[in-house]
Amino acid sequence: MAVVTSPVGARRGFPNPFRDVAASRRQRTILVVLLVLAIGYPFFYQAIPDVLPRPSVNNLIVMVYYAILALGLNIVVGFAGLLDLGYVAFYVFGAYSTAFLASPIFGLHVSWWLVIVVAVAVAATAGILLGAPTLRLRGDYLAIVTLGFGEIVPQLVRNLDKVNINILGVQVIGPDFNLTGGPLGINPIDAPTLPIPGPWGRELVFSNGNPAGSLYLAMGLLVLSFFVCRRLRDSRLGRAWMAIREDETAAASMGINTVTTKLLAFALGASFSGLVGAFVGAYQTAVFPESFNFSVSISILIMVILGGMGSLRGVIVGAFVMTYVSQTLLPFLGGFIDGPVQSFGKQTGVGFLENFTLVAYNFLIFGVILALLMIFRPEGLLPAAARKAELHGEGVAAEATFGTDTSVADAATEFEEQIGGIAEAEGPGASPPGAPGAPGAPGAPAGEETAGGAS
Amino acid sequence: MDILSWIADIINGVPILGQCLNDLGACGDALKIGLFNGLIIALIAIGYTLVYGILQLINFANGDVFMIGTLLTFVGVSALGLTEGSAPTIVFVSLLGLLVVIMIVTASLNASIERLAYRPLRNAPTLATLISAIGMSFVLQNVGQVILGPAPKSLPRLLSNQTVFSLGVVDFRFNELFVALITVPLLIALAWFVQNTRQGKAMRATAQDREAAGLMGINVNRTISVTFLLAGALAGGAGLVVALFFGQAWWFFGFPFGLLAFTAAVLGGIGNLTGAALGGVMLGLVRALNERYVDPRWTDVVVFSILIIVLVVRPSGILGEKRTEGS
Repeated sequence: MAVVTSPVGARRGFPNPFRDVAASRRQRTILVVLLVLAIGYPFFYQAIPDVLPRPSVNNLIVMVYYAILALGLNIVVGFAGLLDLGYVAFYVFGAYSTAFLASPIFGLHVSWWLVIVVAVAVAATAGILLGAPTLRLRGDYLAIVTLGFGEIVPQLVRNLDKVNINILGVQVIGPDFNLTGGPLGINPIDAPTLPIPGPWGRELVFSNGNPAGSLYLAMGLLVLSFFVCRRLRDSRLGRAWMAIREDETAAASMGINTVTTKLLAFALGASFSGLVGAFVGAYQTAVFPESFNFSVSISILIMVILGGMGSLRGVIVGAFVMTYVSQTLLPFLGGFIDGPVQSFGKQTGVGFLENFTLVAYNFLIFGVILALLMIFRPEGLLPAAARKAELHGEGVAAEATFGTDTSVADAATEFEEQIGGIAEAEGPGASPPGAPGAPGAPGAPAGEETAGGAS
Repeated sequence: MDILSWIADIINGVPILGQCLNDLGACGDALKIGLFNGLIIALIAIGYTLVYGILQLINFANGDVFMIGTLLTFVGVSALGLTEGSAPTIVFVSLLGLLVVIMIVTASLNASIERLAYRPLRNAPTLATLISAIGMSFVLQNVGQVILGPAPKSLPRLLSNQTVFSLGVVDFRFNELFVALITVPLLIALAWFVQNTRQGKAMRATAQDREAAGLMGINVNRTISVTFLLAGALAGGAGLVVALFFGQAWWFFGFPFGLLAFTAAVLGGIGNLTGAALGGVMLGLVRALNERYVDPRWTDVVVFSILIIVLVVRPSGILGEKRTEGS
């Protein structure tokens, strides 16, 4: 007799340690091919004909560093399940600590390879400091508080150009002490250099003057971040994050210290944006407060969800797709569409078509894509296995997981197993009605009812 | 003057209260402006809190529905050909008509957004709906940008700023009273609707427990639609008030006002109507005092610092959430 549905443990999509060897080898091959392509890209991209939407090397750098940011936010949102709408705050900390340590503003010129360590540490500390007051807050309160931090921190750097602290008549700082350069930002920041002589000069400089070098540096950081994230995901800490994400109370009762675990999620997530802040500050050789606003936080969140929360490959793909579409594909398509639509508008006299540019509809297109994606593929482009199973699993138990408590799903699984047990116990031999069948099932109703229901 | 020196001033013993007592007129003026701005924020905040109470969703598009309200006011005022010289009665009547039309349009807009972008996600994780809401917010902003252009558009000064009456040292002007004339009745009407009508009761029941409400025979989908209609109507009303009072319509208005309103809703205790109104007025007052006595550059820092401090002390807002346990 067939069991009605397969138990949850046998769901497809769950990682099976014995089956994955070939798959992981294939993945490694794909990764190596991608790396080789990316390393070669600065040399052959000129050869790609103009009629294809090819990203410039600088666009590729933006794609790569947004991927690192998405990996960092993925720790907070995807692994630990804490909705952070102000991720840009940590990015500010990274960028400005780089600017403080390697620019003329304080006359410090520390080597970038040292600065990056400091920037990561500063961002991680900021993560702990900003995370600490939010620990008691539940989901959406957390979202608004992090959003608040994301607004406060950029405003601080915008306004702290005339600091004047006078306590009890003693001038502690100031008057008009310029800490952050105000709206003008800090410019120029020293670029990372390596003392390797070659055709490029006495030393190798990684700034926007040397796109290929900067691309390799960014890719190196991305690969590093990817492996760190993977080790974190599979570590004890990573499992603790996911336990908290699924059910905080249950996680706490299993002995997980939720305070430390959540703070570590904030700190480690923030440290990646410190890394990117240090890279971007040095690569652009300047930081401006205007480049850190809410839309950055939201874009990174969208990348994480677009790719698939909790899935490392997913968030990288999400970041690549989103940056590529907005920076390369839309301007490229606009080159074809804008002209005809404008002339069509002139012929028909429709006012807003005369000045049509596709890039102006960037947000509209993204908005529609986001809503459609959420409706038709809420798990993202390359989802993590568990989440995919949760959203597209089979059977009653998986359906119960849909938007409800996991406890309901577990209860449903138990119920199914019971019913299945009854069916198996009673099915063969078609026990006569009234016979004391199914002794193992407590509270089993009359035999024919169950048997009828299960067959 | 910046915030750090202001903090230093507090340490030095020169708090705002002393400055306020030194110049009652200016202080009363700041409080009055804060109150009227707070009423506008409250109107939008109630939209957030209504939707949150019923769906546990931060409806990011609410602020942009409000922006569409300012846009429609701009379009309507231009279409009706109202100028500064128009006769006051004509202005008043056409503005009231415009208000009704705008509220109907924004209400249907908000409800159709719910129908198209949120209802298919009713059983999906909340984060999916949140992203969908962000997507809708993008769409509305883009529509606003296409219609209004990138720069803010100015409206004619339809409301005079003549003093209507004075209370002590504080003058109440006509355009300020217009704000109160629109916002206060709307707030009262909403409170009445939610408390006293059958549909309002259904809304409260759905907010408490959606499944149980459905089992009791309440049409949950219709109730949610009504909630979005109400939220949209209030946002549209706020849009008209802002466009006339500040004399501007801008595609980007949705973000700062929406953020402020949502902060107000959280401050008061999200899901709680009184809390949202209280939070709105409080934020209005804080902002006005900050702009008068500290520095407008620090407004966001002050607002969000207050929010964070309040939430750290009282994690579910000043008045607390009006929700059942465990939901």
